[in-house]
Amino acid sequence: MEKSINITVKVWRQKNAKAKGAFVSYKLDGVSTDSSFLEMLDILNEKLISERQEPIAFDHDCREGICGMCSLYINGHPHGPDDDITTCQLHMRKFKDGETVTVEPWRSNAFPVIKDLMVNRKAYDEIIQAGGYVSVNTGGIPDANAIPIGKPIADEAMDAASCIGCGACAAACKNGSAMLFVAAKVSQLALLPQGKVEAATRAKAMVAKMDELGFGNCTNTGACEAECPKSISIAHIARLNREFLCAKFKD
Amino acid sequence: MAKTTIDAKIPQGPLSEKWSNYKAHQKLVNPANKRRLDIIVVGTGLAGASAAASLGELGFNVLNFCIQDSPRRAHSIAAQGGINAAKNYPNDGDSVYRLFYDTLKGGDYRAREANVYRLAEVSNSIIDQCVAQGVPFAREYGGLLDNRSFGGAQVSRTFYAKGQTGQQLLLGAYSALSRQIAKGTVKMYSRYEMLDVVIIEGKARGIIARNLVTGAIERFFAHAVVIATGGYGNAFFLSTNAMGSNGSVAIQAYKKGAYFANPCFAQIHPTCIPVHGEFQSKLTLMSESLRNDGRIWVPKKKQDAEAIRAGKLKPTQLAEDDRDYYLERRYPAFGNLVPRDVASRAAKERCDAGFGVGATGLAVYLDFSSSIERLGKSVVAERYGNLFQMYEKIVDDNPYETPMMIYPAIHYTMGGIWVDYELQTSIPGLFAIGEANFSDHGANRLGASALMQGLADGYFVLPYTIQNYLADQIRVPRISTDAPEFVEAENAINDKIKRLLAIQGNRSVDSLHKELGLVMWDNVGMGRTKDSLEKALARIQEIRNEFWSNVFIPGEENAMNVELEKAIRVADFIEIGELMARDSLDREESCGGHFREEYQTEEGEALRHDDKYSYASCWKFVAEGKAPELVKEMLDYEFVQRQQRNYKS
Repeated sequence: MEKSINITVKVWRQKNAKAKGAFVSYKLDGVSTDSSFLEMLDILNEKLISERQEPIAFDHDCREGICGMCSLYINGHPHGPDDDITTCQLHMRKFKDGETVTVEPWRSNAFPVIKDLMVNRKAYDEIIQAGGYVSVNTGGIPDANAIPIGKPIADEAMDAASCIGCGACAAACKNGSAMLFVAAKVSQLALLPQGKVEAATRAKAMVAKMDELGFGNCTNTGACEAECPKSISIAHIARLNREFLCAKFKD
Repeated sequence: MAKTTIDAKIPQGPLSEKWSNYKAHQKLVNPANKRRLDIIVVGTGLAGASAAASLGELGFNVLNFCIQDSPRRAHSIAAQGGINAAKNYPNDGDSVYRLFYDTLKGGDYRAREANVYRLAEVSNSIIDQCVAQGVPFAREYGGLLDNRSFGGAQVSRTFYAKGQTGQQLLLGAYSALSRQIAKGTVKMYSRYEMLDVVIIEGKARGIIARNLVTGAIERFFAHAVVIATGGYGNAFFLSTNAMGSNGSVAIQAYKKGAYFANPCFAQIHPTCIPVHGEFQSKLTLMSESLRNDGRIWVPKKKQDAEAIRAGKLKPTQLAEDDRDYYLERRYPAFGNLVPRDVASRAAKERCDAGFGVGATGLAVYLDFSSSIERLGKSVVAERYGNLFQMYEKIVDDNPYETPMMIYPAIHYTMGGIWVDYELQTSIPGLFAIGEANFSDHGANRLGASALMQGLADGYFVLPYTIQNYLADQIRVPRISTDAPEFVEAENAINDKIKRLLAIQGNRSVDSLHKELGLVMWDNVGMGRTKDSLEKALARIQEIRNEFWSNVFIPGEENAMNVELEKAIRVADFIEIGELMARDSLDREESCGGHFREEYQTEEGEALRHDDKYSYASCWKFVAEGKAPELVKEMLDYEFVQRQQRNYKS
């Protein structure tokens, strides 16, 4: 049932990439438990604006858990305390009356803060640019049913492809590794006959780019899988390692 | 003043040969010249990303812009249900003609025949392309592609990837785009927002954009500019669109002379999670695919509806005979799969009559109990599991056990920038693709057709038609962005930003946006009347005055400033809202998503007036503060006999 709670929101404020940031606490009364977490931030921002202060900058767009734009470390967890969802799908019914809610940006060397809670995730785009595709041009393609693909394979590829590129995996990892993100794409494409052709070169290129961009190494702690809003399995990391090793052996 | 006339440049010949004829005779640009031609593509959704990637592959020099932090975030990603194509894999009688016909009929005969036919024609190539990119479409156990059915069709022609089809198609286009970025044919500008189009000697030659991180205003030249910035449903504040989706580029183009076509045609999607509080920031769509297996109903008796609203009765306690499956009752031939406009109006009709459920009475049930009984919970979970999870996280109710509650919400805008057959606007060199244009859906879009149109435009139509224009531009050197037209456009933007920041009033941007949204929903929503529209026009004028005299924007000009970004968009939503109301007032008929309560059949269905309104309304900007000029593109139906839409028998 809907009720309202009073909370304290402890937020990371940082004017820009070069400025030194700090936590600032705001009291917020009468928050409906039916509102989403980002709606709570909207309410807080409206309050700040009415006090002629600058609102808190945070990334968000679709607000239905698919665009991957929202981020936030909430009470020590990427995308907050609930499982299998993004921050925009988190609702205030998960918090208690009187609670202090701590909100931070992603903390990862590869994702520098732009302002307040916003970070720069271009590194993920660059990893995809290094090889996260099938090299086909538009047009001149055989019929879609020309190559049958077993349903279990297609389903597994779909599970890997569910990645929304939000960055929670790297943010959750104590080593700041992007292995789950890279593995999801390598695995999706390696499973499908269309992507198989370039599987080895793709794995090598994407891992090399990940290393170059300053992401850490994977030590199999499993934090990424636990915090992934799309429950992407670390089994895909095993497939990535297999593709990567095969490629290295061939060299 | 000379009367403006419109030429849609539809190729001659029989319907099925128009596109082949066009391609056979159009002008092309040779590879050496392609490298010397710059194309700006604004937007990275299905249309923008597929166009930028395809143009890059061809060898053009492409500059691609998006307001998000990455091109992968565009709102196409949120499309759930699927994408149509005329493959006829299920052998259930589909064909290019039938897809064309269903789309035209679904749009209530307010689209161009030639455009819609071409859309149906290229639909099959889209599926081939996406599979080749590694899009993991759903498959049968035999390894072939699976199809499901969607509203407005009697065949199963919808390809899907779980409830995340838009995401998978967008990631396919994004991966193709990423490949071109790596090759250097496309230069990507993310967190950039276009603020104006630059016209030199009557042709679009570039844009002015704001770097959203630094606040810097920058100038970009190109030989042609492509707008792929999606729809403007957020004029209603609450919609299923992403928070950043906006209509500003459409308004910029309009104010520079591009016609704005059919703004009254906005789609209200029947299956969204109902509004629950005034703090609400957006509405969440529940995919139309749910209507494949979900049955829509309200209580048959008013006292039951009242008891449910008061929390004294649960829907599961209501006997089968006490439920009114009103879509199945009214439309036996299509049942729960009638087109969106029909389903939305039927829900509104029941709720207005006092049969609505939920705390507000503005909701109907979407019930899966009979499907769970028939198919088993696991099959239902496999088909819709992620949607059910999404619903439960938002509403805190388990749809496996109790029926979902849904209500219509603004979802898609069929209207948009007017384009000819070549997808060129009325400004030479300025093109518009995807939801940003008005071209293919007429007065109502069928489910799973937005993805089809976005990718058709981007992969298979624009890469051809833009060359017919660019072939004449090969001698045009790259124009310096110090040209007076660029300087003038940038100065105008700087002045506008300074003016906005200087107001320092007492209203937040959001509060004004919400006020506009309410006026739109109450008066320019599912049911419109002459009175409501005149009221809307008066109220919008008041909101405009309030905005420009009392808005408060904190922060600075030369830095990231989210409130400033929102303010610029809301100023344009006010203009769009006015155009929507104005166009709705002009169109004295009901068709598709535009329902004028004065014009309905005895049974409450939309009543078209083909004799008077068989045209696309193209609004031409005249001057600030002056009424725009209405230019009509007459829709000649050469090949199809128009009928009153019938989904009953």
